[in-house]
Amino acid sequence: MRVLRNCLLGAVLAFAVSGCAIEPWVKPYERDHIADPIMSFDRDPVSSSYIHHVYEAREGARGATGSAGGGCGCN
Amino acid sequence: MTRRAHSLRALGLALAAPALVALAPTATAGVLPEDRADVLYHSYDGGGVTIDGPSFLVRKQFAGKFSAAANYYVDNVSSASIDVVTSGASPYEEERTQYSLGLDYLRDRWTFNLGLSSSSENDFEAETVSLGISQDLFGDLTTVSLGYTLGDDVVMRRGDSDFLDTIERQHYRLGVSQILTPNLLLGFSFETITDEGFLNNPYRTVRYLDGDSAIGYSRQPELYPRTRTSDATSLRLKYYLPYRAALHWEYRNYVDTWHIDASTVEMSYTQPLSDGFTLEARVRSYSQESADFYSDLFPYEDAANFLARDKELSTFDSTTFRIGVTYDILETGWRFIERGSVSLFYDHMLFEYQDFRDLRNTAGLTPGTEPLYEFNADVIQIFVSFWL
Repeated sequence: MRVLRNCLLGAVLAFAVSGCAIEPWVKPYERDHIADPIMSFDRDPVSSSYIHHVYEAREGARGATGSAGGGCGCN
Repeated sequence: MTRRAHSLRALGLALAAPALVALAPTATAGVLPEDRADVLYHSYDGGGVTIDGPSFLVRKQFAGKFSAAANYYVDNVSSASIDVVTSGASPYEEERTQYSLGLDYLRDRWTFNLGLSSSSENDFEAETVSLGISQDLFGDLTTVSLGYTLGDDVVMRRGDSDFLDTIERQHYRLGVSQILTPNLLLGFSFETITDEGFLNNPYRTVRYLDGDSAIGYSRQPELYPRTRTSDATSLRLKYYLPYRAALHWEYRNYVDTWHIDASTVEMSYTQPLSDGFTLEARVRSYSQESADFYSDLFPYEDAANFLARDKELSTFDSTTFRIGVTYDILETGWRFIERGSVSLFYDHMLFEYQDFRDLRNTAGLTPGTEPLYEFNADVIQIFVSFWL
């Protein structure tokens, strides 16, 4: 739980400083590669959710399988 | 063990409802997910178990600030697994059905999402509610997400109308997506899950040495703790290669209060071709240490406060190899469809157990000296996607 608390604290701090003007070091016009569909962490959600289901049904581990910023809503 | 011992819950499927993942927003917080419809057929065949069925996923924006999603998912199970075979039970067939709904609301650089899910099978019901919030920060280079899921499960035992128990599950999630360079993305996820309730399988048994038994051992029901808390942390990197291809690397660490310690490493390569095809190759390696109350063979009856012989709680390694191909269709659009694609993914999985023994054909063998169990599985996904 200590790890979770530290992560949540970090998230709160990040939210808190969101109003600060930080110069983006990758300009918007430099993001065409990042925006390419092949760079998506989760290009086909219907497929990735299925394969995570396959893994989770046969492995002891669970969680943190969603794409960044998303997460797993598995029950 | 009776036929009912091998329900979907016996396979652990009810513990891994998938659809809310499909509904989780995966784009950056300042943009709603794409309007998209997917029709998927999935098939799993391995270890004497076949599972197949459809999954339908539709997502559509409305009113400029909302995106709604719906998913219908089915597992049709036909099982003659090692548990079925070694218990002398008959192979069985069963079905799990799941419905999920999701709603995203975009406001400035914030995205709020709500998810609902309901899963049903003959001896297990699961309901979940999921909440999430995301925001883009630092010139949209960073996306931070927080999420919470509450799940309420009902556990039943077929043939025993007096048995009814519950599980409450809570998930706490943190996700960060970071643009590091014009060609490199980083993703970080952390998730804590707490379970409280009836966590073991109501049918499965453990075995223990018994000199009075003709086969050298006897069985008694499993007994798990009623609580479990786990922490999973994952790190992902995605790199764009100069000739338009993508490399993906991922690592996940997992620990829980049952002392299961697991790690996952995954790498993939995605290569679009000029004629509308996109190829993907992936390898994934998973290994775990067993729960501290797991044993393939206990020394005597009631040997510990908690008892398990579920191979998913044992020490084992698994490796998965994938090849996949996607072909673009309707590139110029058709009516309300902007474009589409057809995909075929094939995964080959290998499981090697280090302390779960194969009790088939063990005549003449002393208990505890049987060969270790291993099996392969083939997983096929065929799906059609339309962007609306």
